[in-house]
Amino acid sequence: MTTFSSMKTPLKNVRGLGSAKSGTEHFWLQRLTALANVPLTIGFLCVVYAALGKDAAGARAVLARPFDAFIIALFVISGAIHMRLGMQVIIEDYVHGEGRKLALLALNTLFSFGIAAACVFAVLKLTFGA
Amino acid sequence: MAAPRTRPLSPHLSIYKPTITMMMSIFHRITGAALYVGTVLLALWLVTAATNAEAFATVQWFWGSILGRLILLGYTWALVHHALGGLRHFVWDTGAGLGPERLMLSRLTLIGSLAITLGLWILGYWVR
Repeated sequence: MTTFSSMKTPLKNVRGLGSAKSGTEHFWLQRLTALANVPLTIGFLCVVYAALGKDAAGARAVLARPFDAFIIALFVISGAIHMRLGMQVIIEDYVHGEGRKLALLALNTLFSFGIAAACVFAVLKLTFGA
Repeated sequence: MAAPRTRPLSPHLSIYKPTITMMMSIFHRITGAALYVGTVLLALWLVTAATNAEAFATVQWFWGSILGRLILLGYTWALVHHALGGLRHFVWDTGAGLGPERLMLSRLTLIGSLAITLGLWILGYWVR
């Protein structure tokens, strides 16, 4: 202890205390969903175009078509994962109080998955009817 | 926790002259946050379509109104700008585009997003 204490570096103080506890997975999932979002956004716009100018019943009929509903579901899921990661970075950049940061990160996750679940539920209900 | 700040701070935004590369980076974050909030509007559209015909008709009417169209126009631009910004990040991820051509990439993001948004809306009015 006394003999070798001078060999110790401050590294031990930071081991396992990375700011987000992980990094590669965040980076990778952000890029993967970004890539998926490109064709899915185009698909989503196609659904919107199909619904444009239609009355409420007509627009609902478009959203109820299985392929359109499928595209919207994928778009929303990929988008929700992507936006959760993005907002996480924004929160980590600007919110410094540990408690507030934790609360906002939790809200971020709940909001993202809540939005995705609501949208997916909606298109499934439209497609399967009832 | 609330210790007084005694150490000097590094220069922050206010000290720099804005450049287009800087602004496009900031816009990327702002449009991303706007798209995040805007998902509520998409959820509102889909959920009312699935559950409440009357509410859906109201939502549909709102998107057709002038204010609704302005919001959708802004949302379209945010979506396209963020998408192009993302493609620019893919270029950077390969290690390319980090030299002086950054300026060109930034200009492309801005001009491209405005042009594509305009094109999408012309197409929208045309297919309607």
